[in-house]
Amino acid sequence: MAVAKPKQQRLVLALAALAVLAVAGVIAAFALEDTAAYFKAPSDIAAEQPTPGQVIRLGGLVKEGSVTRSADGLVLNFTVTDMKADTAVSYRGLVPDLFREKQGVIATGSFDGNGRFVAKELLAKHDENYMPPEVAKALEKNGHPVKGAPTASVGGDMVAGDPAA
Amino acid sequence: MIPELGHFALWLAAAAALLQAVGVTIGLWRNDEGLMRLAVPSALVQALMTVAAFGALTWAFVVSDFSVKLVATNSHSMKPDMYLWTGVWANHEGSLLLWVLVMALSGAMVALAPATLGPRFRDRVLSVQAMVALGFFAFLLIASNPFERLVPAPTEGQGLNPLLQDPGLAFHPPLLYIGYVGLSVAFAFAVAGMLEDKVGPAWAKATRPWVAGAWAFLTMGIALGSFWAYYELGWGGWWFWDPVENAALMPWLAGTALLHSIAVVMKRDALRAWTLLLAVAAFSLSMMGTFIVRSGLLTSVHAFAVDPTRGLFLMGLMALYIGGALTIYALAAGRVAEGRQFALVSRESALVANNLFMSAMLGVVLVGTLYPMALEASGGAQISVGPPYFNRTVLPMLLVAAILMAVAPFLGWRKSATGHLASRLLPAGIAAAAVVVIAVWPLGVREIGSLLGFGAAAWLGVASLSILVKRGLTLNAAGMALAHFGVAVSILGATASGALQREALVTMRVGEAIEMGPWRAELMDVRPVAGSNWTAIEATLDVRRNGAPVAVLKPQSRVFVAPPQETTEAGRAGWRTGELYSVIGKPDGTGRWQVHFWVKPLVRLIWIGGLLMALGGVLALGGKVRAGARRRSAVAEGALPLPQAA
Repeated sequence: MAVAKPKQQRLVLALAALAVLAVAGVIAAFALEDTAAYFKAPSDIAAEQPTPGQVIRLGGLVKEGSVTRSADGLVLNFTVTDMKADTAVSYRGLVPDLFREKQGVIATGSFDGNGRFVAKELLAKHDENYMPPEVAKALEKNGHPVKGAPTASVGGDMVAGDPAA
Repeated sequence: MIPELGHFALWLAAAAALLQAVGVTIGLWRNDEGLMRLAVPSALVQALMTVAAFGALTWAFVVSDFSVKLVATNSHSMKPDMYLWTGVWANHEGSLLLWVLVMALSGAMVALAPATLGPRFRDRVLSVQAMVALGFFAFLLIASNPFERLVPAPTEGQGLNPLLQDPGLAFHPPLLYIGYVGLSVAFAFAVAGMLEDKVGPAWAKATRPWVAGAWAFLTMGIALGSFWAYYELGWGGWWFWDPVENAALMPWLAGTALLHSIAVVMKRDALRAWTLLLAVAAFSLSMMGTFIVRSGLLTSVHAFAVDPTRGLFLMGLMALYIGGALTIYALAAGRVAEGRQFALVSRESALVANNLFMSAMLGVVLVGTLYPMALEASGGAQISVGPPYFNRTVLPMLLVAAILMAVAPFLGWRKSATGHLASRLLPAGIAAAAVVVIAVWPLGVREIGSLLGFGAAAWLGVASLSILVKRGLTLNAAGMALAHFGVAVSILGATASGALQREALVTMRVGEAIEMGPWRAELMDVRPVAGSNWTAIEATLDVRRNGAPVAVLKPQSRVFVAPPQETTEAGRAGWRTGELYSVIGKPDGTGRWQVHFWVKPLVRLIWIGGLLMALGGVLALGGKVRAGARRRSAVAEGALPLPQAA
């Protein structure tokens, strides 16, 4: 290979660089389109049922008295509410430390073919006076502002449940 | 009294920085020797005063002086002693004070290091550093005063987030900050290089140790953070593509690119403009990381306090520095653009390829991290971009980069022959093929991504090792080969722990066991235990492999006293270079416990690889010194008549 034509060399390099970046850009755009998970409250879901398999982040409060477990003790069933609509959720895995009734939760998962929301991951608030901002916003929209929210204090972090395979 | 002295010392440090920024810049502009001579002493005063301020805050934490607001809101007298010390930076103000401390100390290091590019250049670097430091001093003193008093003083503090009560807190933040701030030195060298028209091989040679050092610390900080998240969160994972992790990964990618491009400037005087841009980008991304993490845009264990004014202040600082640097770049780029030519197949091209892949990865991580924030800020939908996106975009690029990385060190500068490549890379090729065959059978791996991961790790690992075993290597080359080997080790750990992992999620009573291939984990006992500021439910799992005892795991579910908070402590044990990992959940009310048990082969290689990379970075600081060269060169030069018998 000759060094003699620097201009040509530069052009080839520049084109190669452009090609790599273009491919990366296209892959990124498609991946973003495919994998971005939208936040939805139960009333959004009541208004428009998402297609099965589409990953969404369902947020709201854990409805009082709705938490039950399957016979083998591994599947947690509960209802997420935003005071206007409810969505039933089932989750298989370890329950996050601060998962409680009447507290904020974000469940990431999708609807199965039977219209049931199957969560792969649960995010619960991680201290006494913290509400996930998305949940606080959704509740506020429905006329149920949460007192003191959203204020993340020290330790105001979201801690996920164990994403069981 | 002591907190006031600390506050006063902080103001003095800021004043020294002001003098160093403005006075020295005027001196440089007017060619006033007297003003220029201020640079070194003011850098030293700045460092000394910042150390004093940091010492004062540490004192307040250690003696639990709850009349200081920061101590009252973030500490507790019952906290174990170690966290009284490390708790200093486990909050917004304290961590920023640590940031300026590292910044001031790096300024002092520049001031005391030999000025290889002349005193004028050193003074210029110091003045740029002081301008950057000044912004952070202002941020501390105006918007985040760590010494603020609380009247009346409470009798007890609110405590430290239990997730942070871990030895990891002693190392992870300082290592990361040394990395971030080290990149600010590279930034200052780049800006000074443009202002003083000094960008060239000598400049690259002077800048490179700072980049290599910063990169090594950043690598260690990230590896340690990953390890900490792995054992503390109890999810079994080691990288979550959380925006906070990405915030540290982005400067690392830019730093990695910079480390490689600056070698081209040093050796061949090419890629000058691009290298300057990378130096600006690397520190800008460090600042952006701090901004994302600290501004409350994210909910995370790293977001200590949500305060919009602080976010705005940081954004203003960031805009000022990035804008300023880019303006200087735009004005200077015309003068530095031209470099020397090189052929398509050459070391230079390979390093350009590295830069290309690092930049592309940086780009997709940046988009994935910022897009959701931008979308929400502009009133769009609330979305989250998670592991599926990053895995699909970054991993393929990482694989291709790893394959090229093995070849690059065998290429010559300027224009490389290719005839020798086949024979040099033959062992690596054989190793890669062998490992893939082993993975398919007997290990039974079928997933194509994992097989590529195994192959790439073996290919890169063996190719890098074959450089390392050569004699008379310069420390620089040895460092490079070691760092590349570390990448291979990490890829192997990540691939194997994913592809060969076994896990079981069960509810079980005491006396029952999990059976999983050759593994058997029996729940021996569940009982309450107590620590100095927590109580816990502790399970005892007896783990055997083919009947032989391997380890006893003790996962806990802890409840902390102050602040009242529950955490999950994984029960772990090493097994070869892998790990056994277990978590205990809640009781189900009928005497059964949820238990999640994992066997993760080779998982420790992920972090060992990170340490090897960092060690490689440190070795590269040695530059052209040859490993074990002292004796050989002495003999060669005949300077010392060594006794023959030795």
